[in-house]
Amino acid sequence: MSVLTQTLLTGTGYWNSLAWILGIAVALVIAYLIWARGEAGWKAGTSQTEPFISGNPEPQKRQVHIPSGNLYWGYLEAMKGYYERIVPLHTGDLNDYMTWYLSVMITILVLVVVFA
Amino acid sequence: MLWNLPYLAVVIITVIGLAAILLKKNLIKMMLGINILQSSANLFLISLGYREGGIAPIYTLAPSTHMVLPTPQALCLTSIVIGLATSALMLSFAVIIHKKYGTVDLDQIRRLQG
Amino acid sequence: MILEFVWTHAPALLVAIPLLGAFLCPVIGKISRTTRTAWVAGIMLVSAIVAFILASRVLTEGTVLYSFGAFDPTLTIPMDSGGIPIRIIFTVDAMSAFMDIICATVGFSAIAYSLSAESRNSGLEGYYTLFLLMVCGVFGMVSTGDFFNFFVFLEILSMASAGIIAYRVDGGVAVEAAIKYFVLSSVGAIFVLFAIGIYYGQYDALNMAVIASRIQWSTLDMIALVMLVAALAMKCGAVPMHFWTPDAYSMAPSSATAFLVVASQASLYGLFRVLFTFYNVTLNAATMGWIIIILGVLSMVVGVTMAIPQKDVKRLMAYHAVSQTGYMLLGVGVGLAVLGNQPLMESFGYMAMSGGVFHILNHALYKGLLFLTAGAIFYRIGTRNLNKMGGLGHNMKWTMIFFIIGALAIAGIPPLNGFASKLMIYESVFIFNPVLAIIAMVVSILTLASFVKVFHSIFMGPQLPEYAGVKEAPPSMLLGMGILASLAVIFGLFPDLVVTTLVNPAVHALTDQGAYIASVLGGA
Repeated sequence: MSVLTQTLLTGTGYWNSLAWILGIAVALVIAYLIWARGEAGWKAGTSQTEPFISGNPEPQKRQVHIPSGNLYWGYLEAMKGYYERIVPLHTGDLNDYMTWYLSVMITILVLVVVFA
Repeated sequence: MLWNLPYLAVVIITVIGLAAILLKKNLIKMMLGINILQSSANLFLISLGYREGGIAPIYTLAPSTHMVLPTPQALCLTSIVIGLATSALMLSFAVIIHKKYGTVDLDQIRRLQG
Repeated sequence: MILEFVWTHAPALLVAIPLLGAFLCPVIGKISRTTRTAWVAGIMLVSAIVAFILASRVLTEGTVLYSFGAFDPTLTIPMDSGGIPIRIIFTVDAMSAFMDIICATVGFSAIAYSLSAESRNSGLEGYYTLFLLMVCGVFGMVSTGDFFNFFVFLEILSMASAGIIAYRVDGGVAVEAAIKYFVLSSVGAIFVLFAIGIYYGQYDALNMAVIASRIQWSTLDMIALVMLVAALAMKCGAVPMHFWTPDAYSMAPSSATAFLVVASQASLYGLFRVLFTFYNVTLNAATMGWIIIILGVLSMVVGVTMAIPQKDVKRLMAYHAVSQTGYMLLGVGVGLAVLGNQPLMESFGYMAMSGGVFHILNHALYKGLLFLTAGAIFYRIGTRNLNKMGGLGHNMKWTMIFFIIGALAIAGIPPLNGFASKLMIYESVFIFNPVLAIIAMVVSILTLASFVKVFHSIFMGPQLPEYAGVKEAPPSMLLGMGILASLAVIFGLFPDLVVTTLVNPAVHALTDQGAYIASVLGGA
């Protein structure tokens, strides 16, 4: 618990950021050593450094950028049943906002009175 | 039972205010509902502060009867002032909405959703 | 001499300085732009210094009391009042000091940021006036020991916030967001007023300590509690009363959004204050604790799942703010659920509450930072639509670094600050109920997934032709972001220091109702 060791006791466990950083540093060094053993003999400016797309010409930069709307399509498709229910609840209608607020208040009141 | 009459009025006014807020689709009417709700809160505070025969706590030449602190009245005044500021701000918003959207119908004022 | 004066009158100055600064701002602004800038930055700096002085005084001396209008500010109970504090008293305990520090830090960063972020807009006198009023409202809400005073500051805060949300009219859409926020918070505030009336009718007192010492858990107390919990939970954006949050956060100017996060947390503070200081063990702790936990879990899950498909970057971050508020409610709710059971409190209750309270601080830092980076991007490219962004990492390197820090912190990646508080919440909640801890971890993973998407679509990819000439954000914006980012890193590296000096005293101030009452009423 001292300032020097910086160990945060979390009840059942502990967390020491400095030890973690040390561990990450060791892991990075190992990763660097593995990377440094790789092939060094590539030539810049030749087809060795170009992306390989089965011989097709490289498309324009604008076309290879994936906008965010296309990301996580699979997740959204898999969770469709959930999103079809939850998104329409966000109606943007002020009366609905108020209804939710008051109904939550009444629900809490009922719970508090029932379990009192 | 008669003593509870102001509190009954508070409940009725609260229900009227809430009904206006929940059911009215017109922004201005909804804001009036908030004003009604504020009035019920003020009435509630004032009814709390009433003691029959009570006098203000001024000790000079005071008759020997109950003294009542004017705290609820002070609260009520503050609350009225806050209510005024609230109404003014809400109505100014309504003016801008009417200018930009051309409507005060809450069904139309929902460009932010999802 | 002046230090001694500030030391004595810090609670009053905390509210007086931003209030004075706010209303003098339009007058000073008439002189020139530079004087206005200097004035606003100076006022915010002085308020922040006063807040830190007050906090250090609280942490060394214990609870600081300040009676307004009294000959001696520490004299809470006048001689001839019959043992009742009749004046308005500021009761600044460790929890209040904790919130004051958050407000001062984020407020100063947001003001520094706004000096260039808003410089292209007109009507800036109004903007800064509203901003300083928000600062005043938050300081007042978290410092006051008088419940009606709390209501007044709540109203000041919600009015100033509504004004600042509507500040960029934006074709009326910002005003629509402001209406939604303001109607909800006005109705919430009226219910708070009803609750104040109920307390006054029963206990003849407005002072929080007196109410706390007399509270009974009668039927009327239950109604008052429910009104307060619903209103304050709505104002801090708990699902299913969160609908105003994405609207308001996305439409407000970015520097104001960073501060709106703190404003929501002031309501969260009010919620905790009501639950722990007013009622404490008199309420049915298990029921109320589970209500708070359910609100928290719903906020976490619905917030993060709604965030993933969003297209507007600030709306997405606003849903994440809802989700993170769920963690605080979860942590503190678990503490509340076992309140009064000392062995369980010792075993995990205090830890869960420390995690929840620590998360308030961490959330204010990294969420403020994220909103500021979103604002910097909006400032440079003029859109918040994620589909239109891309490749900005080539031009805005510092903004990208700050965004990475914020995104990793919110996802709870070590060694940043979000990890420390989330770890405390996970471990303690796991002992209480493993399912809740698992939900919390899954939500963290989804948060990371969502921010990977945002990071990719804003910064990664090739430089787009339309953003070829985009420059880095101006220095004062980088300063604001840099303060929050460096604090997020420092608090992540030294969580133990923060937890022992700030968080644990705050948690004990919350749970120890007797000490709060004794500090005002004297005796035991």
